[in-house]
Amino acid sequence: MAQTVFAPWDDPQAKPLIQFKNVTKRFGDFTAIENLTQDIYEREFFSLLGPSGCGKTTLMRMLAGFENVTEGQILIAGQDMAHVPPNKRAVNMMFQSYALFPHLSVWENIAFGLKREGKPKDEIAARVEEMLRLTRLVKFAKRKPHQISGGQRQRVALARSLAKAPKLLLLDEPLGALDKKLRQDTQFELMDIQEKTGTTFVIVTHDQEEAMTVSSRVAVMDEGRIIQVATPAQIYEAPNSVYVADFIGDVNIINGVATKAEDGYLITWAEGQAPFMAKTPNLFADGQTCHLAIRPEKVAISAERPADAVNAVEGQIIDIAYLGNISTYHVKLVNGQMIKAQAANTRRLSRRTFTWEDRVWLSWTDTAAVMLER
Amino acid sequence: MRRFILIAVPYLWLVALFLVPFLIVLKISLSDIALSIPPYTPQLDWTAGWAGFKDFLGQLDFENFTFLTQDPLYWRAYVSSLQIALISTVLTLLVGYPIAYAMAQAPDEWRPTLLLLVILPFWTSFLIRVYSWIGILSNEGFLNQFLLWTGVISTPLTILNTNTAVYIGIVYTYLPFMILPIYSALEKMDGSLLEAAEDLGCSRLSAFWLVTIPLSKAGIIAGCFLVFIPALGEFVIPSLLGGSDTLMIGKVLWEEFFSNRDWPVASAVAVILLLILVVPIVLFQRNEQKQREMDQ
Repeated sequence: MAQTVFAPWDDPQAKPLIQFKNVTKRFGDFTAIENLTQDIYEREFFSLLGPSGCGKTTLMRMLAGFENVTEGQILIAGQDMAHVPPNKRAVNMMFQSYALFPHLSVWENIAFGLKREGKPKDEIAARVEEMLRLTRLVKFAKRKPHQISGGQRQRVALARSLAKAPKLLLLDEPLGALDKKLRQDTQFELMDIQEKTGTTFVIVTHDQEEAMTVSSRVAVMDEGRIIQVATPAQIYEAPNSVYVADFIGDVNIINGVATKAEDGYLITWAEGQAPFMAKTPNLFADGQTCHLAIRPEKVAISAERPADAVNAVEGQIIDIAYLGNISTYHVKLVNGQMIKAQAANTRRLSRRTFTWEDRVWLSWTDTAAVMLER
Repeated sequence: MRRFILIAVPYLWLVALFLVPFLIVLKISLSDIALSIPPYTPQLDWTAGWAGFKDFLGQLDFENFTFLTQDPLYWRAYVSSLQIALISTVLTLLVGYPIAYAMAQAPDEWRPTLLLLVILPFWTSFLIRVYSWIGILSNEGFLNQFLLWTGVISTPLTILNTNTAVYIGIVYTYLPFMILPIYSALEKMDGSLLEAAEDLGCSRLSAFWLVTIPLSKAGIIAGCFLVFIPALGEFVIPSLLGGSDTLMIGKVLWEEFFSNRDWPVASAVAVILLLILVVPIVLFQRNEQKQREMDQ
């Protein structure tokens, strides 16, 4: 059976559900969002990822209608949202604090939005039951929010925001208050629910692992701008800047000067050392400074120089971080640069090949590293 | 044992400062008026022993309580007190809630100052503050002078010595007791709850009714009881600001004790007043307890 890949952003025919058009948001002198243009498509699970204060929450609050746009336009399903108050938008939000009404039971919390629509009683009851089943909360319907656990509260908040079947669901750090184990379980639950309901999810998070796990696309933000938007795999394998490479996962950055070679570039990184070889679709001028980003797991470590290696460099092990399944070796090169190399611990610890102070060779292929301009 | 002592302290306090005085008042209310010191009979004669005690009990009766039901003055005073206390409580709530709400909405750095301003009047004597209202409300008072000067009225308004002045006095005096519990309930409220209500389709106004009011309910109830209970037995405000037609049980009680020197009837009035107050006090306690359980 042929699987069609979900990628409406590559389809020029697809109509986006949300369009940001040159959106700027200022709070007094402070610019929270600067001239941002971005499309989000139906059924997407779109993550806004960035450090705190990067504008991701502001962006979400503008979608919900709690903040006005200073300049530019936000369109949802083609409609300009400029003067539409939050209660008139087909958008619901799940708050970071969950914002469950403490005086209402779980059932009443979920029914709250439906009652405002003035739907008939039995219709509301049926919808609430459906939501309770979806989030596995049937047993807790009569409890008050303070009588259930954190994970259950999170599910009530989700059920409440989904009850009105919004076109768009906004999730503000939805799993922030949960512990790690519960968070991982809930991530898959969220994806499952998103798939079942077919709702478009926009999620704000500062946890890159969470963003990678759940998203169809991730937008990495910094200081009010989106730096890169791509699928989790692209973001990881082909970051467009040192900022993105550094924000997502672990990375080694080597600064150098590029020179064009036959089918790639030579990067001079230290005096008296052989240049590194890298292939890239991007164009670099001769003599242009560049940054080589290499993921630690793509760096091989060996006692002797591998005969067929394109890039190989000698160094000394300064530190070893043992993580159980893998170890990260911190290796110091001749010019003082530290390079992290990861190796799977396929043998027992006592039979480890390398130890502190050992001189080793690091090597990687010409496609392993990403050449970045900035 | 330690636990027993810990519990015993408040109970001893209650017994010594509430139960014992209450029993003394109850005993006086069952006695008869007499021209003696103290002005009632019978007195318990400790030297006569058991027979004396039996004789003493035999002389107690409910005559004074029967008297209270016969003279319409008393039950009218009770009803009128309940009415005045109820109306003042509602008025205090109407004035106090917006103030408490505005305080809870104020920027963080302003809140301690606003709170201080609410408590500040307590630093002056209650009696002086009520007296100063005479200066404001009398026919030649500041209020009338101001209104005459602005031309709103041509003849002075008669406010002093009417029920209106009593309402003003009670609302003014007990306003902090209304504001503080409501403020503390509103201040605890998470602002994102209102955003969530709006997000789910509420207008600002309906979010206020469906979220803000229910969440400050405990504060409203506490504030109302804190105003209603003392207002019901209020004596100073009606006697200073009220007129001859202001009928309040506190005033009747005072006159019975000090003008009439009929201690037994006065005590009977006091016992009935206490019985009336027990109901709201118990309700108040229950509200507090429920609130504590919610907070856990």
